[in-house]
Amino acid sequence: MKKEFKIVVLAKQVPDTRNVGKDAMTPEGTVNRAALPAIFNPEDLNALEAALRIKDKYPGSTVTVLSMGPHRAAEVIRDAMFRGADGGVLLTDRKFAGADTLATSYALSCAARKLAPDMIIAGRQAIDGDTAQVGSQVAEKLGWPQVTYAEEILDLDEKGMTIKRRLENGIEVVQSPLPLVVTVNGSAADCRPQNARRIMKYKYALIPTEAAAEPASLAAEMTAKHDYLRIAEWGADAVDPDPSQLGLEGSPTKVKKIENVVFQLKESKCLQCTDDEINTLIVELLETHTLG
Amino acid sequence: MANFFLDNKDIQFQLQHPLMRKIVELKERGFAEKDKYETAPKNFEDAMDSYLRVMEIAGEVAADVIAPNAEGVDHEGPRVVDDHVVYASGTRQNLDAITAAGLGGITLPRKYNGLNFPLVCFVMANEMVARADAGFENLWGLQDCAETLNEFGSEELKMKYLPGVAEGETWAMTLTEPDAGSDLGAVMLKAHWDEAKGTWLLNGVKRFITNGDGDVSLVLARTEEGTKDARGLSMLVYDRKSMAVKVRRIENKFGIKGSPTCELVFTNAPAELVGDRKMGLIKYVMALMNAARLGIGAQSLGLCEAAYHEGLKYARERAQFGKAIINFPAVYEMLNNAKARIAAARALLYETTRFVEIYKQYEHISHERELSAEERAEMKFYSRLADAFTPMQKLFLSEYANSIAYDMLQIHGGSGYMKDYPIERIVRDARITNIYEGTSQLQVVAAINHVTKGTYLSQIEAYEAETLPASLEPIRKKLAAMKAEFVKMVTKVEGIEAEHKGEGFKDFHARRLVETAGHIIMTWVLAKEAAVLPEDYTLQLDTFVLIAEAEVAKAAAAIEASKWEDIALYKTILKEAE
Repeated sequence: MKKEFKIVVLAKQVPDTRNVGKDAMTPEGTVNRAALPAIFNPEDLNALEAALRIKDKYPGSTVTVLSMGPHRAAEVIRDAMFRGADGGVLLTDRKFAGADTLATSYALSCAARKLAPDMIIAGRQAIDGDTAQVGSQVAEKLGWPQVTYAEEILDLDEKGMTIKRRLENGIEVVQSPLPLVVTVNGSAADCRPQNARRIMKYKYALIPTEAAAEPASLAAEMTAKHDYLRIAEWGADAVDPDPSQLGLEGSPTKVKKIENVVFQLKESKCLQCTDDEINTLIVELLETHTLG
Repeated sequence: MANFFLDNKDIQFQLQHPLMRKIVELKERGFAEKDKYETAPKNFEDAMDSYLRVMEIAGEVAADVIAPNAEGVDHEGPRVVDDHVVYASGTRQNLDAITAAGLGGITLPRKYNGLNFPLVCFVMANEMVARADAGFENLWGLQDCAETLNEFGSEELKMKYLPGVAEGETWAMTLTEPDAGSDLGAVMLKAHWDEAKGTWLLNGVKRFITNGDGDVSLVLARTEEGTKDARGLSMLVYDRKSMAVKVRRIENKFGIKGSPTCELVFTNAPAELVGDRKMGLIKYVMALMNAARLGIGAQSLGLCEAAYHEGLKYARERAQFGKAIINFPAVYEMLNNAKARIAAARALLYETTRFVEIYKQYEHISHERELSAEERAEMKFYSRLADAFTPMQKLFLSEYANSIAYDMLQIHGGSGYMKDYPIERIVRDARITNIYEGTSQLQVVAAINHVTKGTYLSQIEAYEAETLPASLEPIRKKLAAMKAEFVKMVTKVEGIEAEHKGEGFKDFHARRLVETAGHIIMTWVLAKEAAVLPEDYTLQLDTFVLIAEAEVAKAAAAIEASKWEDIALYKTILKEAE
């Protein structure tokens, strides 16, 4: 029985859209990233926890965080290292810029192929785009099975994984062979906190670009000295892609228009507070599947 | 994502104190471990950066995990199953989360898996944890017992017990017995050396033991057969893995219900001697108590902070007579007084912590090498201040926890008396703080010598020697007036005490004298903060000085009017029939 697994976690640095102010969107209808703090995408933290639990159970397993983004996205990789990840790869290149979910998935799948893990675990969706497409598309590009809406990994061996899925109308337990892609729901276990000792060990971990920007810093000096402080930084060339599938060129999505959706009251009903009326309402709601 | 560190500028400010440079230098022995451990800081800035980051995690765990569990833990409480304690489910979650965050063993050396952070950080973590749930802080904070073992235990004992703290092992300080509470010299739990087994064996009963079924217990026991006082007591360490101590019951308490208070039965429980025989109470328990009193200060301050936030929130939300009740003078006065007292209390707590830290570090260093004459003098200086400030902060902070919780419940009106709001739990939790680890009355007993020997006065004079910005001149004048009152009060009390020795005049007024010194000192430490950050502290200082002046005037009036014959008047109660 296999005792060590190589796990890649997909993580994205996102603007914190949970407490948005009026300047959250640009006039062009895209997210105003400058106005919102950059955070670790919440469901990617659930994915990281799922991966770390495998590592806890099978010592010797490794958790590598793969993220695509600008240089400052190295922050999510460090954050993951503070929580237990072994290291990470930041995919960063101007050639990736302007990517929609398809081009993003393509780039990530190229990097994942190079990393050759036993499994990829990702959050279900990111809170900026809310598409829930990237994890699934990565699986498609790799030709691997995918299990979405995962809530808990129940069992794992070298042949496959048993996963509990949280669906709208209940739960489902499925099995899949390895390698596979799992996308994890927010209802899965919360991620463990950053760990004090890991913070002190890894706080100076840098990507080469960061180290080069401040060559005289203690961080740069430490990174030069210790392998474990070097976060990999891969440009497009490192993952050997088909250039036409990258960035803006590889992105068929075009935003045509943004509309504000305002929920409007269409019809209303006035009920008396009697048992009869309430019973009738409950029956109606059950029939329309609003309840139950 | 709430965070009790990031939402509290005052706590953050405490990390920035100028003495931190000295503290870090001492604690890190000039950064001697920088190449030995991956986690060791390379320099002062590096160390401070780590403290900030780690305190931020403590703030997050406190706010996001421990606080939401507080109500459930209070309700569920621990229970006894098969002679052992089972924690409430929330308590278990709290312990797991705080251990996963690596917050065990904050002050312990790296060699024993500790973070080797200054005591300031441990006190800070305790304060934030207590704000989330004072009952949980009560048992988690007991890891400061490990510091006592680190100070007095053999290398073998340290290697055996200290690394477990980082893994989440909990501790207990097993002192009290049914007939030995405040008077610990009366402890009877018997320890005898069993030659055949080659170990000490403990037999007897302990009562009111917080977290009595913890993984490691420091036990005060009578090793010297036939003795009856403190000189026959030693300290031993008991490992729960031996399973030779049964929990007879858990007390049903008024507050801090999540923390199991145990009655324990020791039956041939194997234990190892800590340090020297006969020094148990005289030396080790005193050290343990001083550390614990700082812990209670932190717990009390956490409770003050929790109560204040509940009071403020309710006063803003609750409308009566057409407006939020915070608009009424009776309500905003209570809130303002709470806020000012919290700022002064925090300044006093961390000032004390710094004094304790410096003296403790010199003491540790003295075991590694000989101290220079200058270092020895400094150690003595800070040791005296630590002795004087420790009971004072315990006295003030625990009383503040009670009075602030009381006022904040008052703001809630009838609703506050219901279980629907957290404030009733805070009031209950606060009530123990001025009782355990020495009642307020006993803190006064410990502090009064420093009134008469002049420790407080000389520290007040040291503060006076510091420069304050011109804007604080009015405060300096007020402080000078309060100091003059203080000197007058002390002179009068000492005069009558000398004339009527043994009549107890000084004891009768001890609390008034200690509190007067305290009000002046707290105003000073707060003024020093306002000198650095006027925008954050001036309002609290202006409020606090009014409180201090009123309190000092009250104590001064009482002493001014007091004659030694008053003692006889008060003693008539002794003859009162039941």
